Amino acid sequence: MGGYDDELTRPLEGALEATTSEGPTSPAVGRDEWVARHGDNRRRRGGPLGKLEERLAAVPWWAWLTLLCVVAVLVPVVSDSGYVRRVAFDIAIYMLLALGLNVVVGWGGLLDLGYVAFYGIGAYAYALLSSEHYGIHLPTLVAIPLVVVIGAVVGFLVGLPSRRLTGDYLAIVTLFFLQLFLTVTTNGDDLFGHNVTGGANGILNVDPLSLFGHDLPVSTSGGVFNVAYLYVVMAAFVIVFVALRFVNLSRTGRAWRSLREDPLAAEVMGMPVNWLKLMSFAFGASIAALSGTFVSALNSSVFPLSFSFPLLITVYTMVILGGAGSQAGVVIGAIVIGVLLEVLRDPGDSRVLFYSVIVLGLFAALKLSRKLVAVLAGLFLFGLALRLIVGAIDSSWTSGSGGSGGQVADFMARWVVVPSEPAAWIAPVSYITLVAMALILTLLRGWVRLVVLVPVLYLAAFVWENVMLAKPEPTRYIILGVLLIALMILRPSGLLGEKRVEII
Amino acid sequence: MDTFIQLTLNGLTLGSVYALIALGYSLVYGILKLLNFAHGDVFMVGTFIGFGTLQVLGGSTNPIVPIWLLLTLMTLAAMGGCAVLGVAIERFAYRPLRDAPRIAPLISALGVSFFIAYSMQLMFGAALKNYDTFSMDGGALYFNGFDIGNVRVPLIRIITIVSAFVMMVLLWLLVTRTRLGKAMRATSHDREAAAMMGIDIDKVIVFAFVLGSALAGAAGVLFALRVPTYATIGFLIGLKGFTAAVIGGIGSIPGALAGGLVLGFAESYTQGYISTRWSDLLVFVILILFLLFRPQGLLGKADIRKV
Repeated sequence: MGGYDDELTRPLEGALEATTSEGPTSPAVGRDEWVARHGDNRRRRGGPLGKLEERLAAVPWWAWLTLLCVVAVLVPVVSDSGYVRRVAFDIAIYMLLALGLNVVVGWGGLLDLGYVAFYGIGAYAYALLSSEHYGIHLPTLVAIPLVVVIGAVVGFLVGLPSRRLTGDYLAIVTLFFLQLFLTVTTNGDDLFGHNVTGGANGILNVDPLSLFGHDLPVSTSGGVFNVAYLYVVMAAFVIVFVALRFVNLSRTGRAWRSLREDPLAAEVMGMPVNWLKLMSFAFGASIAALSGTFVSALNSSVFPLSFSFPLLITVYTMVILGGAGSQAGVVIGAIVIGVLLEVLRDPGDSRVLFYSVIVLGLFAALKLSRKLVAVLAGLFLFGLALRLIVGAIDSSWTSGSGGSGGQVADFMARWVVVPSEPAAWIAPVSYITLVAMALILTLLRGWVRLVVLVPVLYLAAFVWENVMLAKPEPTRYIILGVLLIALMILRPSGLLGEKRVEII
Repeated sequence: MDTFIQLTLNGLTLGSVYALIALGYSLVYGILKLLNFAHGDVFMVGTFIGFGTLQVLGGSTNPIVPIWLLLTLMTLAAMGGCAVLGVAIERFAYRPLRDAPRIAPLISALGVSFFIAYSMQLMFGAALKNYDTFSMDGGALYFNGFDIGNVRVPLIRIITIVSAFVMMVLLWLLVTRTRLGKAMRATSHDREAAAMMGIDIDKVIVFAFVLGSALAGAAGVLFALRVPTYATIGFLIGLKGFTAAVIGGIGSIPGALAGGLVLGFAESYTQGYISTRWSDLLVFVILILFLLFRPQGLLGKADIRKV
């Protein structure tokens, strides 16, 4: 690349590279020269980070995929804990789900809010086809293709109304479809007198996967998670990833992207818009159904509530964080969010993570400058002073213990006000104040912002120690919600998504 | 016959609450063309504010103020609190995305909905919150009222229906008879043209959020008087409120009323005559039928797409 002597030549060169980087054989849909130049300039970063980014982008996709597989294979070698293996399995499932949602949202541009219902349909279909519930025990190699076809057909049917619906209406219809799926499965123990779905109790004793007549037990003789399941899901992931990559490079893939950019223009150019929408729905649904089968087999049970709104938001956050439209991006998104959700389960780990993110965020925002030193010092002194004052008024307010988390926890217990028995009003008052102050902070500029930042950070630490650590479940979801809003406002293209510039 | 009257009454009560929620969707959609997913959660916050006010004023058995004042204060607190919440949502989650592709504010709205629901769960737990109106004044709200045939129409239903209708009439007067209402209608018709005529678009949008959220807050209290509430209730209720808005014709005030009532009656009769389990299914079928065959709703105007 080399340095640029003249700043003025830079945008032009960028444009040249952007339009030719994919080679002359693959036209970039939705990017004319101006868009390419504009988008590429915003993406390009200067300095060592920019160089690193370019180096990483030069590594071919199959190398990354191989690396990922090697990591997955190494998981059981490095750790013999069933917990770690199970987490790896969950993340692999998330990666599959994110790939499927990427087809609908990232490529098709359709807001499908019923996506996890297809995941549920896959899980239920597998459970019905291979369990004692109806006494059917299909071999896995028959059951899985059947379930995938069922998923595709249902996705096709749900997509039918999408032919006439745009954006918001499609979202609400698919969201209702999810609700409908939950209603039917929860009440399905009395469907015209037949017990179809087992109701809220779900379906139990689902068969494990079997290959050529051999059952794969879900846990080894020692009761540890059977790592074969991780390998099966990773194999499915690789197949789906490669298949989707070819689909994306095909005529259909290009047509999808043009549909996303401008449905009307695509229609005018003679593309079968309705057919493309249905295809994208069916593709996404069949991938979701496929992931459902693995979960159903591993848990040897299915319940309606595993497929509800929180899971939908989780998968959406993965896709948006990674960058809708980028296959590698959504996989990274799935890994990041999957690990994050797992870390937040443990108070000690999540504490370390929380304060590292805050400190790193401060470094990223203020760089190494006097401002950074001032904020950190101010924060430290502010905390000490406040704790002294509060402790002098009532010593029970500062006598709480830090809990697990090593030195970080010890430090926090000496720095943050931690009441031994927090009153009921503390949680709502401190939390609402924190949210309000953080929102106001985004409106402030200049030195006022730095001054307000200090109490906001302290309050964040207070809320984290006293309110959020005790309730990991809502905390995880709150973080996902905030992440989704912040991403849409600050970086809608996510980590690796393509910047979209709209010309009006 | 008695069953029919009872079910009609239930449907009317339910429908008037749905109508109030539908109005919030309609107002915002009419002006911003944005489906505000978080509206159902604003409703949920309204039910919680009403509950909190009730506790502050001494609880339902021994309130420190007379019961009519208690109910008024609860409703006003919920309306005020929700209005502030609505303005904050608009300012911080939707305004930065006003010129973004249409899918962006929808996803942001999902995040807002999720954030609000689980923030409430973080602060107040996942347990049911019951207003326990039955112990107010020795059950006066349930035993007083008038009779139609053998069916007693209790005070609590009269309060819900009458206050919902009064609020809808006030809103209609506001939109049709005042300058601000005129500005709202103009903005809804053509935002850019309205801006060129000197209408402060930001003010109009904020006002739409204030009105819609305040109505959702009131609907929250009226709803929670009869049914216990919880932190994630907003999802389904919001979905139904939006369906009511679509059925009636999104953007139309009488339409929201009509849609709310259609939905309320449909749900009530299904629960009474068929099964309580499948009423959600019916709502979904009605929505699909309307979207496919009459997307402009009962009272809405057909949307002509210009290129």
